[in-house]
Amino acid sequence: MINKKEVQHIAKLARLGLSLKEEESFRKDLSEILDYFKIIQPLDTSKIEPTFHPTENFLLEKGNIFRQDKENKKSSELSEKLIELAPEKKEGYIKVKTVLKEYEF
Amino acid sequence: MNFNELKIKEIHEGLVKKEFSAKEIARKFLENIERKDKNICSFLTITENMAISQAEEVDQMIASKKEIPLLAGVPLAVKDNILVEGEKLTCASKILKNYIAPYSATCIEKLKEQKSVILGKTNLDEFAMGASTENSGFFPTKNPYDLKMVPGGSSGGSAAAVASGFCCFALGSDTGGSIRQPASFCGVVGLKPTYGAVSRRGLVAFASSLDQIGPIAKTAEDVAIVFEAISGKDELDSTSVEKNVLSLRDISRRETSFKFQVSSLRIGIPKEYFIEGIDKEVEKIIKNAIKNIEELGAKIKEISLPYTKYAVPVYYIVCTSEASSNLARYDGIKYGSKKGEKSENLFDVYLNTRAEGFGKEVKRRIMLGTYALSSGYYDAFYLKAQKIRTFIKQDFEKAFESVDAIFCPVSPHTAFKLGEKISDPLSMYLEDIFTVSANLAGLPAVSVPVGFSKGLPVGLQIIGNYFEENKILEIAKIYDKIKK
Repeated sequence: MINKKEVQHIAKLARLGLSLKEEESFRKDLSEILDYFKIIQPLDTSKIEPTFHPTENFLLEKGNIFRQDKENKKSSELSEKLIELAPEKKEGYIKVKTVLKEYEF
Repeated sequence: MNFNELKIKEIHEGLVKKEFSAKEIARKFLENIERKDKNICSFLTITENMAISQAEEVDQMIASKKEIPLLAGVPLAVKDNILVEGEKLTCASKILKNYIAPYSATCIEKLKEQKSVILGKTNLDEFAMGASTENSGFFPTKNPYDLKMVPGGSSGGSAAAVASGFCCFALGSDTGGSIRQPASFCGVVGLKPTYGAVSRRGLVAFASSLDQIGPIAKTAEDVAIVFEAISGKDELDSTSVEKNVLSLRDISRRETSFKFQVSSLRIGIPKEYFIEGIDKEVEKIIKNAIKNIEELGAKIKEISLPYTKYAVPVYYIVCTSEASSNLARYDGIKYGSKKGEKSENLFDVYLNTRAEGFGKEVKRRIMLGTYALSSGYYDAFYLKAQKIRTFIKQDFEKAFESVDAIFCPVSPHTAFKLGEKISDPLSMYLEDIFTVSANLAGLPAVSVPVGFSKGLPVGLQIIGNYFEENKILEIAKIYDKIKK
């Protein structure tokens, strides 16, 4: 069971605006689903490694894969296109609301 | 000539012999969509201009006596979470309703190189989250066999479009069954390749350790042709794997240039997949399909995959966690509408954009995933699930020591009614009971139509060993020939 306060906390972490109605319906849904998830809890997993990448063994190059740190001409065209797709932009930059506040002395 | 029933090789031969032109074929398919998709609602966008100009290119090649690739002029539909440069890309989400793809997915580039003709983008559950296509932010798709029924999901638009003859083949994506289950519900063939077999570049990420792009077509033969065209290593997806990986890695245990012989096949039947709750008639049809291959000489063996019952909770913990992280980018800054103006500060821009842009199921999964990753719950949910994922993978590795393929149902029943499960998220999650294990283990699996129950199609699932798509597709081809 999770309560309304927890729902509000998760929603804040997830940056999701929820209506009062949604808060209540997610409280109910999440409680039911998380309760179902609990069937995994009794399993002993102390001696087993997790699988984050199921076919890692088949990669010829292991671990992180790097590329040459060279300029890619195509990527500047692409970045223009990507910026153009942003909701608000100015002079080739994506516009964001104020992040840092002025110091008050 | 019934053009909408043509297979890839028939279209190719018709074009080469000049029985019809690529433009003629493209026009006929587009007219058919225009006339009939009102009832099915499988498409979100029709890419008519692009289709016609691609078809004209093919016709010019033929006119100048150039050899054309097998897939040239073959019309396809693309799930709307795969990028096609210059065309809309919505993921069936309001948050991306005006987004134009700035580049093409690698699989699309490969098909464009083959000169295939893209007719349009198909409907899906928003961000591929769902099993019925009812979670589309725009409208639900209907099952072509019965308009009161769902087509399955999340690649419901692609499966319904192939079943309706709106395209020769389609691309879908499969995170927990999203190609196989709609293929099963719509009576077509759908392949989820091995994780890494097809590049994910240009597929909008839902759960990155599970997502794979794959083909849907009327026959296993066509699915095999498309898989061959789109698979392979891509520098821009570092999890993608070379085509001939088995021989490169010298996995001598398995034949790398295998000769297919039904009589030498060993088929495993997992007892955990024939449980209470599976529709009796579906079970009968699946068992009959198993009998079909046994009569051809294959050996049938009961096997056990003991961790099966944990697959659904493990899958939903892993996929929602990955989704909550992947979908953080839809924040009103890089994507989304101009909601920022109404908001007082940056935090409110996030809250308002996401509140208005995401549908209920997407929000529910972001909430679940955020919970499973949050401080105090990470070990108990996310890490624990990833560890049990290893047990599930080991179940299959052990099974494949003694069998070549595993046969089981795709879904415990046939297509359900629109609206029947939409208000009960847990019962919708349990829909994925037979399909999620292949994604968790990263294995290839194909859904093949093997019969009808009360007029609705039933799919058999064939799960193969890593990178043995060819083997399971050869088996699937046997069912192309068996009359349903």
